[in-house]
Amino acid sequence: MSEASTGSKRPLSPHLTIYKPIPTMVMSIMHRITGVALYFGMFLLTWWFFSAAAGEDYFNWVNGIFGSIIGQLILFGFSWALVHHMLGGIKHLVQDSGRAMEKAFTTQMAKAHVVVSAGLTVLVWIVAYLAG
Amino acid sequence: MSMRTPLGRVRGLGSAKDGTEHFWMQRVTAVANIPLVLIGLWLIISLVGDDYQMVVTKLSSPGWTVFLVLFAFSVLYHMRLGLQVVIEDYIHTEWTKILLLLLNTFFVFFTGAMFVFAAFKLAFGG
Ligand code: HEM
Repeated sequence: MSEASTGSKRPLSPHLTIYKPIPTMVMSIMHRITGVALYFGMFLLTWWFFSAAAGEDYFNWVNGIFGSIIGQLILFGFSWALVHHMLGGIKHLVQDSGRAMEKAFTTQMAKAHVVVSAGLTVLVWIVAYLAG
Repeated sequence: MSMRTPLGRVRGLGSAKDGTEHFWMQRVTAVANIPLVLIGLWLIISLVGDDYQMVVTKLSSPGWTVFLVLFAFSVLYHMRLGLQVVIEDYIHTEWTKILLLLLNTFFVFFTGAMFVFAAFKLAFGG
């Protein structure tokens, strides 16, 4: 961590690129990527919410952007990231308690994670369209 | 044998000298985020296709105002802690790291100010 600040040229431990990707590792990285995506997504959400407080014309303009095809794609991505990150987060909480750490089981969980998060997201959107 | 309690031993540890505070608050906000995010998603879905008047009417009701402020606080707290770790993991040049950590905090407070302002204006300002 202090490599650069001490100015020394000591070798770093091997990093991501030399490992063969395995399901659990990919899901770990996905948790981080979705977390960072949600970070910026939260700003978009705030912008939309702010526009509702700022007045009708401004709201209609911002709402129109989110209602466009690109806007809806972004919202879809945001909702998927949210569902995926939440499932990963719950897994973290379970594992923090010392449970669900067995190797074969974690691999199964990682594989199920992708399917469940995609499935739930599509379901949420179907409900949204039926309700809207 | 040490007379110190396990809690006493971990207090103030780590390079930031804040012990397990960061880890723990990440978990506290994670737990809080589960219901908040689910309800939030449900709220957004219920607003899809609604016009300005319907959106404003819904978002300005007392129950939703309280919910929205809780939502903002928990999510923003959580994401600030989260991004801090990401920055610390990848940025090793001291001044760039400090700059990004500052920006992280500013960004979160700015977003929070916008969010809470909007919640209160909708609730009180009509
Ligand atoms: C919009 C909402 C959310 C945002 C913006 C967000 C953002 C983040 C970010 C940026 C990280 C850091 C990622 C990393 O260090 O790799 C993180 C980590 C984490 N998130 Fe979230 N998150 C959100 C919702 C949730 C929810 C609903 C849960 C549910 C349990 C959750 C659980 C966690 C946990 C447990 C961690 C720590 C992971 C670790 O220690 O590696 N998050 N989050």
